[in-house]
Amino acid sequence: MSDYGDVTRAPRDPSHDEAATQGVGLAPSLVAGVEAVGVPVGDAEPQAAPGARRRKIGIMAWLAIIWLVTMLLLAILAPVLPIPDPTETFPEIARQGPSSGHILGGDALGRDLLSRIIWGGRASFAVGFGAVALGMFIGGFLGLVTGFFRGRVDTILTPLMSLLLAIPQFVLALSLVTVLASAEDVSSARRIGVVIVGLGVVSIPILGRITRANTLAWSEREFVTAARAMGAKSFRIMFRDVLPNVVPAMLSIALLGVGVAIIAEGGLSVFGVGVQLPTPSWGNIIAEARGQLRQAPHIVLFTSIVLFLTVLSLNFLGDVVSQRFEVREGQL
Amino acid sequence: MSGTGTALQDTPHAPGTGALLEVEDLRTSFASPRGEVGAVNGVSLSIQRGRTLGIVGESGSGKSVLSRSIMGLLPPTATRTGRIGFEGMDLSEWTDSRYRDLWGTEMAMIFQDPMTALNPVMRIGRQITESLRFHLDMDRSTAQETAVELLRSVRIPEPEKRFRSYPHEMSGGMRQRVVIAVALACGPKLLFADEPTTALDVTVQAQVLDLLAEQQRDRFMAMILVTHDLGVVAGRAHEIAVMYAGRVVERAPTAELFANMKMPYTEALLAAIPKLADPPHTRLAAIGGLPPDLVDPPPGCPFAPRCPYARERCHRERPELVAVDGNPEHQYACHYPVDSPETIEIKDRMIAQQMIEDPSAPVSPPVIGGSDGR
Repeated sequence: MSDYGDVTRAPRDPSHDEAATQGVGLAPSLVAGVEAVGVPVGDAEPQAAPGARRRKIGIMAWLAIIWLVTMLLLAILAPVLPIPDPTETFPEIARQGPSSGHILGGDALGRDLLSRIIWGGRASFAVGFGAVALGMFIGGFLGLVTGFFRGRVDTILTPLMSLLLAIPQFVLALSLVTVLASAEDVSSARRIGVVIVGLGVVSIPILGRITRANTLAWSEREFVTAARAMGAKSFRIMFRDVLPNVVPAMLSIALLGVGVAIIAEGGLSVFGVGVQLPTPSWGNIIAEARGQLRQAPHIVLFTSIVLFLTVLSLNFLGDVVSQRFEVREGQL
Repeated sequence: MSGTGTALQDTPHAPGTGALLEVEDLRTSFASPRGEVGAVNGVSLSIQRGRTLGIVGESGSGKSVLSRSIMGLLPPTATRTGRIGFEGMDLSEWTDSRYRDLWGTEMAMIFQDPMTALNPVMRIGRQITESLRFHLDMDRSTAQETAVELLRSVRIPEPEKRFRSYPHEMSGGMRQRVVIAVALACGPKLLFADEPTTALDVTVQAQVLDLLAEQQRDRFMAMILVTHDLGVVAGRAHEIAVMYAGRVVERAPTAELFANMKMPYTEALLAAIPKLADPPHTRLAAIGGLPPDLVDPPPGCPFAPRCPYARERCHRERPELVAVDGNPEHQYACHYPVDSPETIEIKDRMIAQQMIEDPSAPVSPPVIGGSDGR
């Protein structure tokens, strides 16, 4: 980061008058100014100029993206990958650590851990993205409507959202899932659906609040009045003018939310109401193996590492999104 | 109070042409915790197509609220009464949904700050084509061509390229041109320009004002130019209305106003413009005091507390808009206009006072009048 300092400070150096005046306005001219001064002699990279900085998101963000994409691809391609079925048991590898045939070893019942983690990613991602998508659609819509129209809609809906926020989130999710999944015949796919709804409902007020706060701020902008003064209809202004400005904030919270939801599913699994075994999810693999921490620590360890890196990557991307959003707003 | 309306209504227009907009006794107030804030208190005005009306006043004089009231762009906390006639229609009871048919196509507004008047995440081309396609039912390519033409007409260089730019890629002056292009897109008959150059560099101001004047002529629009700067409207408005505390306090054709101003407030506004001929380090003339509290306005002339020529009657009795003898187009609301013997007497005394205090100082009246009073 220090190299930014060198480059941005350089054109302001009074001894380089020409370059300084050139560099004040637009990014391209600043780049030109820097080149004219000849500051980036050795260490400073030329793309560190503000214009390029906006496009540069840093090596950590790239690692996060690579990790997430790999995990998603593995999860999606699980059925065609050359791995054993996640429910197939190999008695000889039960509780055994990594071996040549099973690189992550086996779980308590002798199922291949690599396969279970890959298949578990399907359930975990489905729950994480599903819950947040639900929260983003419903919460986002409510936040947009209450923030944009205010008035009566706001006085009715916003307290309701605050009410939901007041209930401890995990308790709310737990009771929702328990109530919704009370039927005996719950299939594993339906169970995932129930978990998605449970965690989704919890995320509605969170995303709703963020969206409402941002909508309130953006609706005050003059271009919203300008759009009205040009005869645009309310819903059109709301979706075309306000929403695109609010999306970055929603997105950065949503990315954090995906990580939280994936972990929350693990919490539900501990209470036995998460994704139901034998269908694996990262949460229930850890929950199931927590009794064997002494005998077979590798099960919890490997799964937790995968879970940890995934949540970390999601948080990282959330930060990147919000930072880029700030840069853009700062320019206006 | 109601007399203000009738007095202005009698203003004769050029024969044969009716007014495009006729506002009578417009009052707008906002609900506030302290009570009703009367932002516009009985304003009447009218304007024909092809004419420019300048509305001048300092911050809080109600000039922006006035234009937004006429255009129906008030927040829900506002109450508006009075008659607004536009092309023979009475808009006073209109709701947003009816107004929507007028917005953009019949009346449009240019906003003060081009930094916030454009959507930051929409290409400027789209911001123009949106309303073209919505109001005029143009297809994509026609709208695009029209938009590029509009950008060219507001002197945006390389309009085809700029069409695809985002607002943050342009300078303030450029953005204000885009805002003008957006407002002009659907060919409004009435254009409100709400302090269109306040946020711009002085060098860009003149260009933007000239552009507005040119467009107004070419399109035969009526334009209401709202500003706090008498200098801005001086050469560009056919007629000027000076507002104070939500009222019109003086109104006249531009040349007449500058040649023969009656209202001490108008005189003070003019004196507040720094002059190039002034020696360096001349103190900037300011109007002392603050505009009156609009929740509980004083009973007399609203300017009286700040007026150097105010007499007892000014504090007690509110002056009505009256016409200058022999010139019904020039009206003012003042008991003792700047050329009345009472005011001249005070002015002379003030000059004398100044000379006693500092005999070496150049003789200049504390408030510089238009043509008299020296």
